[in-house]
Amino acid sequence: MTEPSSLKYTEEHEWVDISEGVATVGITAYAADKLGDVVFVDLPAVGSSVAAGTVVGEIESTKSVGELFAPVQGTVHAVNDAVVASPELVNSDPFGEGWLIRVRFTELPQLLSFEQYSALTGE
Amino acid sequence: MTDTSRFSPLHQTHVDAGATFTDFAGWQMPVRYSSDLAEHHAVRTSVALFDLSHMAEIIVKGPEAAAALDYALAGKISDIAIGQAKYSLLLTHEGGIIDDLVVYRTHADRYGIVANASNRYQAAGALAARAGEFDTTVVDESDEVALIAVQGPNSLEVVLGVPGLISDRPISELKYYWSTMGEYRGGDALVGRTGYTGEDGYEIYVQTAHAAELWAALMAAGERFGIVPAGLASRDTLRLEAGMPLYGHELNESILPVQAGLGRVVNLAKEGDFVGREAVEAGPPDGARTLVGLRADGKRAGRADYAVLAADDTEIGRITSGALSPTLGYPIAMAYVDPGLTEVGTDLFMDVRGSRVPASVVPLPFYKRGQTA
Repeated sequence: MTEPSSLKYTEEHEWVDISEGVATVGITAYAADKLGDVVFVDLPAVGSSVAAGTVVGEIESTKSVGELFAPVQGTVHAVNDAVVASPELVNSDPFGEGWLIRVRFTELPQLLSFEQYSALTGE
Repeated sequence: MTDTSRFSPLHQTHVDAGATFTDFAGWQMPVRYSSDLAEHHAVRTSVALFDLSHMAEIIVKGPEAAAALDYALAGKISDIAIGQAKYSLLLTHEGGIIDDLVVYRTHADRYGIVANASNRYQAAGALAARAGEFDTTVVDESDEVALIAVQGPNSLEVVLGVPGLISDRPISELKYYWSTMGEYRGGDALVGRTGYTGEDGYEIYVQTAHAAELWAALMAAGERFGIVPAGLASRDTLRLEAGMPLYGHELNESILPVQAGLGRVVNLAKEGDFVGREAVEAGPPDGARTLVGLRADGKRAGRADYAVLAADDTEIGRITSGALSPTLGYPIAMAYVDPGLTEVGTDLFMDVRGSRVPASVVPLPFYKRGQTA
């Protein structure tokens, strides 16, 4: 598990880990807790282009459906097949094994710091 | 949360247990404690507790209570024995459903009626109005009564393990949909072998002041079975698997019982008039939709308000409830569909946020007790 304080965040309750031109994206523990048990994850195809702020996938719990937004613009570099097979990883390890996609980005928008995100959720 | 939110007498117990809350009919009730899937499976395989203190308890008593209820409700309430319970419907004069409720005959001239929290005032009001011609009294006791449901195959052992729960008749001898009056901590209690999960279980009504003690005693008695508290999220998936309608989803004032598959709940053979009889006898208008069960492959569930489509993409129905079934592992849904498309095996499509998911009509319920995936 990556230390949450070292990550960037979005207002859509996603975390972003930036390393060497690639952004690893997942949903936060706060979002996973709000969704409840995740039972289905739909992720974009590897190689597809994504635009920042657009919906590129879905995260479904027994009770509701959450959308996965691309936090950055670029090309999908990898998707987490383990989380597709075992969606409960989103709940059990949202900042680690529950990561969703990696995007090789062309442009990095303004993202929230850990402090800013914590202020947003009030936690 | 607003200032007008209502809280269960068990609210602090749920806070202490780490519950996540949701607004339900103006009440702050637990939606889950930790995992709604784990809570669901606990009911199917062992035992879990639900706080249903938001539900309404309305007492109808007096020499003509039975006759009043035969007139007020769709079923023949005078036929049920003391101790017996019956699922029934409160209909409008047009045959629509004001509420679905459970009637417990607690005494020869006294009935306890459990209504949905969201329909408390409509149900109590309609019962009082309809009882007006009879020598009977209607009392809304919802504020004084707490309800805890113990559900799952190990529920009897748990209920029997509660110190101080005294029943007029042995709880172990209650058959399904029978009940007994009793006493808990000096206050009246009622134990019914009833529930809303499709699993064996009991519902215990006690005075609100004793709810927290009863809850703690049930948790202690269930420890050896791995008992867990369960929230409304799991209650919803459990009742959906069991094909049980939820008011506001499958039932409302514009739906006739027969459309919802509840024709058997209406007793047209009973003598005398009852509210809604004429409309029920006339039946729904031509082209009225009927409730069916749908099953799909894969993992994508259709959900309430999603369209049901024919092969040519015309909308021929609407989903009222749907989820990926935790017990069965495939998506299930209840939907109202056009006549002619209700036969088991009919192939339809669910419009799941723009993509067509094939689904076929299957019998209800999706899950029966003792069945495994």
